[in-house]
Amino acid sequence: MRDVAIVAYIEGQNTAATSQTPVEMIVPVIHEILKRANVERSDIDFWCHGSCDYMTGQPFSFVSAVDALGAWPPIMESHVEMDGAWALYEAWVKIQTGEAETALVFGNGKSSAGDMNRALTLQLDPYVVAPLWPGFRALEAMGARAAIEAGTVTERQMAEVVSRSLRDASDNPNVLAYGYRDPDELLDEPMTANPLRAHDCPAMADGVSAMIMTTADRALEMCDRPAWIRGIDHRIDFQNLGLRDLGRSNSAALAAFHAGVTKDKVDVAELHATHSHHEVILAQSMGIDRSTTRMMPSGGALVANPLMAAGLARFGQAARQIFKGNADRAVAHAAQGACLQQNIVAVLEGN
Amino acid sequence: MADDILRIRTPIGIDYTWSSGPGSVGYMRGLENGKLLGRRCPVCELVYFPPRNGVCPRCGVLLADEVEVGPRGTITTFCVVNVPFLGQTIKIPYVAATILLDGADIGMQHLIQECEAADVRMGMRVEPVWRDKSLWTPSLENIMYYKPSDEPDADFDVYARHL
Ligand SMILES: [Zn+2]
Repeated sequence: MRDVAIVAYIEGQNTAATSQTPVEMIVPVIHEILKRANVERSDIDFWCHGSCDYMTGQPFSFVSAVDALGAWPPIMESHVEMDGAWALYEAWVKIQTGEAETALVFGNGKSSAGDMNRALTLQLDPYVVAPLWPGFRALEAMGARAAIEAGTVTERQMAEVVSRSLRDASDNPNVLAYGYRDPDELLDEPMTANPLRAHDCPAMADGVSAMIMTTADRALEMCDRPAWIRGIDHRIDFQNLGLRDLGRSNSAALAAFHAGVTKDKVDVAELHATHSHHEVILAQSMGIDRSTTRMMPSGGALVANPLMAAGLARFGQAARQIFKGNADRAVAHAAQGACLQQNIVAVLEGN
Repeated sequence: MADDILRIRTPIGIDYTWSSGPGSVGYMRGLENGKLLGRRCPVCELVYFPPRNGVCPRCGVLLADEVEVGPRGTITTFCVVNVPFLGQTIKIPYVAATILLDGADIGMQHLIQECEAADVRMGMRVEPVWRDKSLWTPSLENIMYYKPSDEPDADFDVYARHL
């Protein structure tokens, strides 16, 4: 295995609704990330992008995103119809195979372009699930209900996750929800999709996240304290919702095991928990003790959820904790699909 | 009875909000007023019409100054459509061409009318035929088609690097 590190991370400004096109959103973020790592376009030998055409309703919209990269002379690039975290995984594999040394990875989404609750339904099984239009909110509510009935999660735990996330968000200038809300007060709010309340669901955003990864040869030139990827794994649960226990995530547990999460203490965890109950389910599945690990210091995806950028943002935010010396060992996680169906887990270390 | 259900119809439909983006506002407002406005790349100085998401794909930078182009242009390549297809609104044979507007660095697609398909050629000079002003919207459809402008053909060198 080659040593690979995240050496720079940038987010575009998250907004509730931008008038910019996706390409216009991406351009300044690419400029900024290159500047942050103090590299030129020509230093990047692999570009990888994560986005979802259903979000803007434009087939092959990801092709126009290449316009943002300045692809002349020609570049080596790829795209995943997934969150940018999956682009990170592809880039990591590309570097492991020796085909690339330095990769720029980005994810972007314009959630305001349509009703994401419906749009994401199109990612479900096209024969027996998607035609029923269950909606993502309802599916996540089913997952929360299953977890509550299994005794894995309580409504109070969910309220506590929201309360802490909103408080942490107050220190993050790039969020859409923040403030001081007592768990009791949160529990008094009405349910919007039983057992979920509005605050259990994410603050949808338009946004971009981007990072640069490189090998040991160059990491220290680009970053004083790189975040070394010591373990990474990707696992998938069945797409058939009826064959799964929606109150747990077997694939998150497997990915965490193979990434080596429990081999040592975890200082910080940035989990891609778009709904409050996800955090409790994920921590349990992955072997993370929420009482000793600092959970989502950025506020997490609950307080700003730019679809297709928010998962990569968890990797970036975990890396930032290493860059700043706040953590020696951090866990980054991203999920896709309904009810935590797909999971990528990585262990990042400062040394 | 559930046993009687052999099939169901579940139409798929999602509404989207499309925004042109700040980089294309000038282009669309221009069309609304009968002007063809492109944008210049601040790095390579190429002029894009339309301004393609407001970005120069060659340089990866946001386009800058607005530049009026055309209205006349030169046919760089073309295609004679002889095949009937569902939804066809124009009588065949007709010509679809790539037109390099004067002052622009990328070609745009439009129809060629008011001449025989067999007379259309590379380098032919053309001019737009606009819809009635009362029907103008922020759309390139304000131009119904291009027709020969009866100028001498452009030299090959003029459009050689735009093919
Ligand atoms: Zn340029």
